[in-house]
Formats: sequence, structure tokens, C-alpha cells
Amino acid sequence: MAQAVAAGHDHAHDHTPPFFQRWFNSTNHKDIGTLYLLFAFSAGIVGAFLSFGIRMEMEAPGLQYFSNPQTYNVFVTGHGLIMVFFMVMPALIGGFGNWFVPLMIGAPDMAFPRMNNISFWLTVAGFMSLVCSLFVEGAPGAVGAGTGWTVYPPLSTAGHPGPAVDFAIFALHLSGAGSILGAINFITTILNMRAPGMTLHKMPLFAWSMLVTAFLLLLSLPVLAGAITMLLTDRNFGTTFFDPAGGGDPILYQHLFWFFGHPEVYIMILPAFGIVSHIISTFSRKPVFGYLAMAYAMVAIGVVGFVVWAHHMYTVGLTLQTQSYFVFATMVIAVPTGVKIFSWIATMWGGSIRFTAAMHWAVGFVFLFTVGGVTGVILANAAVDRYLHDTYYVVAHFHYVLSLGAVFIIFAGVYYWFPKMTGRIIPEWAGKLHFWLAFIGANVLFFPMHFLGLAGMPRRYADYPEAFAGWHYVATMGGHIFALGMVVFVIGVVLAFRSKERAADNPWGEGATTLEWTLSSPPPFHQYETLPVIVDEPSHAH
Amino acid sequence: MTDPRTRMQKKARHTALACLGIVVGMTALAFAFVPLYDLFCKATGYDGTPLRGAASRTVSQDKMVVHFDTNVAPGLPWRFVAETPQVEAQLGATQTVFFRVTNTGTVPSTGIATFNVQPGLTGGYFVKVQCFCFNEQTLKPGETMDFPVVFYVEPGIKDDPNTRDLSEMTLSYTYFASKNGQPQAALATPAGTKAN
Repeated sequence: MAQAVAAGHDHAHDHTPPFFQRWFNSTNHKDIGTLYLLFAFSAGIVGAFLSFGIRMEMEAPGLQYFSNPQTYNVFVTGHGLIMVFFMVMPALIGGFGNWFVPLMIGAPDMAFPRMNNISFWLTVAGFMSLVCSLFVEGAPGAVGAGTGWTVYPPLSTAGHPGPAVDFAIFALHLSGAGSILGAINFITTILNMRAPGMTLHKMPLFAWSMLVTAFLLLLSLPVLAGAITMLLTDRNFGTTFFDPAGGGDPILYQHLFWFFGHPEVYIMILPAFGIVSHIISTFSRKPVFGYLAMAYAMVAIGVVGFVVWAHHMYTVGLTLQTQSYFVFATMVIAVPTGVKIFSWIATMWGGSIRFTAAMHWAVGFVFLFTVGGVTGVILANAAVDRYLHDTYYVVAHFHYVLSLGAVFIIFAGVYYWFPKMTGRIIPEWAGKLHFWLAFIGANVLFFPMHFLGLAGMPRRYADYPEAFAGWHYVATMGGHIFALGMVVFVIGVVLAFRSKERAADNPWGEGATTLEWTLSSPPPFHQYETLPVIVDEPSHAH
Repeated sequence: MTDPRTRMQKKARHTALACLGIVVGMTALAFAFVPLYDLFCKATGYDGTPLRGAASRTVSQDKMVVHFDTNVAPGLPWRFVAETPQVEAQLGATQTVFFRVTNTGTVPSTGIATFNVQPGLTGGYFVKVQCFCFNEQTLKPGETMDFPVVFYVEPGIKDDPNTRDLSEMTLSYTYFASKNGQPQAALATPAGTKAN
């Protein structure tokens, strides 16, 4: 890769706007990134409490905490929507993306700072709308939307006459609009504002991952917006897009939803791919193995991700040929994903590895994401999916790639960039203890779900027969261990702010080669008054 | 020569406008999917959408059992039955089956019927020459009407590897309450819909 020779000097008189101006009308990419991270953390706590309710109820057969199982479904729906749209996406895209894309490409800020501010507040407004939906009537006699995050009709239309689903749809509209504006901002920034000499093929992998993610958002979110708008008019204005009574077809909704929904899972994991590449390269003190292949593997995953959506719909009655195509296309995605996994391992190979807290999380991610990827290849088989469709096996699969994939990298990113963002240092022991609690907890929580799914335990039920009790109990214990890890994380952050220790500009040493480490910790309010110039470094072949 | 800063801003604006174009295009595409999907289903019989056409030119010796399934959506006080639960249809031969609806309510009511073929894969081979689907019917209290359905099963069903081994299929009709050709959500769903 390339290295900066002339980074801009810190501005000596670095004055920041007053509090309200700075945090409510913010146009500074670092401040907006901080807002996104704080928002994601807050929403994540709400989502985690909902999942806690789920795990408490599932600890034993019978109904313990939920007198109405519909309320349990509302918890499941709220957990899914919050974690996807208001925790993972704001943290990885809005948070780390805003913070580090301009820093890494040598840009003074995002291309449209004011639009950046609108994106953030639209996301907050969306979250408010979703919280409102939890407290108004949905299904007859129950509050909240219990439709699952997929919001399939006819359950979301005829099954939920109350306004809860309308609020949930508005939540998706608002956060979707925010994400689309954010994506336009990222694409414009990355394509037009790279430092002199930084060609696309010298751009850091995190910026590459954000570029691909932004294009996925741009292409998929409008389809979701269209689908849920049709749902809204079906519910309120007598249209029949998805209602057979007027010649509509509920299966059409599933096609539209998954045309968005499958790229969405890559939207959540691609930024994590970018971050993990930097962490592994930094702590192996080696440039990332196969840089160009890593970049184009993400492009390939993004492109193929748009033509595999019906593998979520094997049971709706597709012809054998259609199913064969979707099985094949889905399995093709394992190839670029494999390129990435093997390149991370090859980056570590022969490197001088330091097992810092961030490195723990990154290596843990590579292992756990591979487990989730393998169950994904199993589920890609239409014949096997007949048996596993809508069981806990699927729940285990997507939590391995999201809860143990994307979430692990959110924490890896926090431990990696915390000194840069705040100038403070989280004690290494806290990060490592947090990792081991999370690693053990999450595996104890989600691995037994494979067994439950194989034994036939269906998703989205508040009760189950005695036969499933053992593994459900184990899973709930895993959830407690994971929650304990979160306490350690909070302690670590508190200790970092209480300590007098300050982080160096580059606390990670010579492995950290990207531009953000050439700035002070925390970076000046306005960076790169003189643009850095990227020149080829002859010692690194590419 | 223009200032590099304004040149960059102009380029950024162009990029943003192109992105906006993509967003508008994808939104339009999502809505265009609705008529396209409908057209696709009607043209290919996808997902159990029966085809419409004239009588068949070829008749085969093979036979297929066609079951008839009749439903009335909640909110419409009608009784709806087929004259026979099933027929054995010679492939390609035109068949006529009568369906009978009776208004068991105390006020005149209007209904509209939709149809579907199961398994969905056989939709492309079920051809309706004449039917009462999507025609609004108003029945006075106690009134009874008979509707004919004229159809045949396309002999090609035995050449398609997806459907070759099937020996029976089901034609399903559902009557929904209707007003001005539109289904009435208020009648079909529990009270409370209008609350928002």
C-alpha cells in the first residue's frame, strides 16, 4: 500500500462551536460519527433488553413472563428491527464510516456536511417512530407490531389492524431515507475527495468496503421503501398490491422484500470486513495479503448479493429450475467470501502478531464468521432448507454472522480506534476480559440453537415442548455470560475516561499505516488543512 | 481557469445527482414490478395463475383429476359450492362445471371472485375459456345463481418435467365482499381498521 509523506499539520488554535451548535446542528464528520456511535449504543441497549426478554421466556417451557404470546412476537420484531436498522447500521456505517472514511482518504470532511447531519437525525426520528409502535395497538387486543422484521402480509395487513405496523413502516421509511442520503454522501466523498495521489487502487480497504456498501444501500433501500409504501396503502387506502381479494399477491411482497433484504445482510457485514482487514494487518505488522483481491472480493459479494434473494423463499413453490439457480448462485458467494477469509489468515501468517484486545476480537470474528458462513452454505441447499426453514437453525446461522460477526467487529473497531477517537485508552485487560466473556457467552448462547433447529424447534414461538428445554436453558445461560461482558465493556470505558493516561498519535506502532494515525489523538476539529500527498512506497510491491 | 475548489464542488454535485438518479430509478422499478409481475404471472401461469384462451386444438388420451375448492371470505354471507367436488378431465378436452352461489343474508350483497390453481406449477397448463372471476355479482337475499366455468387442461402438462408426474390438481375460488369492483377491507378484517 501507499504511505503519506506530508500530512497536514495540526491547527494550533482549534476552536469548536458551542455545545448546542456542535452536537445538534453538527456538520463535522467526526462529531456526527460520535453521535451515530452513541445512538447505536443506546438503541443497542434497548434491543438487548428485548432479546433479554426473549431469552428469559425461552429458558423454560410454558409461558413465564408473557401472558400474551403476541407480546413475545412484538419483542422478537422489535429486537430484529432495532438491531438491524438502529444498532449495526448506525454503528458501522454512520459511526465508523463517518469517522474514518474522510480521515483514511485524506479528505477535510464529508462532501455534504449538512446532509450528513440530516441523515443522522432522520435515523433518530425513525427510532422514535419504532419505539412509538411498541406502545400502540397492533394485532386486536395487543400493543406493538408482532410481524417479524420481514413484515410479511397478510399478517402485517389483515392481521394487524391497529396503527403499530404503520409506525414501524414509518420508522423504516425515515431510517431508510437517512441511509440513502448517507450513502450518496459516502459515494460522493470517496469518488471526488481522495487526497492527491490516492487512486482507487491505493485506497484503504475500509474505504473500499464503505464504497461498496453505499452502492448496495442506494440500489436496495428504494425497493424496500417501495414495498413498504405499497403495504401502507394496502393497509390504509384500500389498494390491493398484496391482497388476493383484489388480484394482488402476497408472494410479490416477499420478492420485493428479499430483493432488499439479502443485500441488506451484506450492507451489515461489508464494513466489518473492511475494519477487520485493518486490524489484522496492523497487529500482524504486515500489509494486508492480496489487497486487490480483497477489494474486488467485496465488489463481487455486492454484485452477486443482488441475484440470490429467493433463497429466503424456497418454500413458496418455486419451480425446480428456479431453485437450482438460486442454490448455485448462493453458493457462488462462498468463493469471494473464502478469498477474504484466507487472505486474513495469510495476512497473519508469518506476521509478528500482537494479541491486543482489538486483535482478539478480529481473530474471534474470523473464526465465528466462518462457522456462520458454513451453516449459510448448508441452508443454501433448497432440499435441506425444506427441513430447516424457519427453525432455530436459521436463527443460529444469522446470529453467527451478525451477532458474532458484525457485532464482534463493532467492538473490535471500538477497541482499535478508541484511542484515536477520544485520546484515551481502554485498559487492555478490560478489552480481553470482555472478549472472552462475549466469545464464550455468544457460543454457549447460539451454538445450541443449531441442535434445537435440527430437532425441529420453530422460530418466533413463545412456548415449546418439554423436549427442547435443555438446550434452551443452556442458551439462556450463554446470554447471561454475554451480558456480563457488556458490563466489563462499560467499566473499561469509564476507566478510560477517569485515567490520566493519554494515547499517542499512533499507539499501535509501525503496523498502523493508514492516514488517521498520522493525525493527533483525538484528531483536530478540522484536519488536513494541507492535503496529504500519497506516493508509492518502493518497498511494498502490489 | 476555474478554482479547483469550485471544480471539485461541481464534480461532487454531479456524483450526487447521479446517485439520486439511481434512487429514483430503483423506486420506480419497485413499483413497476407490480404490473410486470402480474403480466409475468398471466403469461406464464406462474404461482398458479390460470391462463385464459380459446378451446384447445389437440386432445390427448391422458387424464387428470381436477378438484374444485370453494371459499367465501369472512364478511360475505354467501354459500358457494361446485356442482361436483371433482371431475376427471381428458387433457385438451373442454369441460364445463357449474358453481352455485346463494345469498343467505337478509340484505342484498355484492361479491367478486378470485381464483388460483394448486399446485402452483400447474397454473401454466390450466386454460379457462370462460369464467366468472373478477365479475362483480349482486345477489338479493335468498337469491341463487349458477355460474359456468369452461376450461381444459393443456396436454403439454405431460411434457413438462416439473408437472409430468402429477395426476391431480385443484381449482380454488374465493368470493370476497365487494363494492364498485373493489374489495372491502372493512368487511374482511375485524373492526378497528379505521381507527388510524
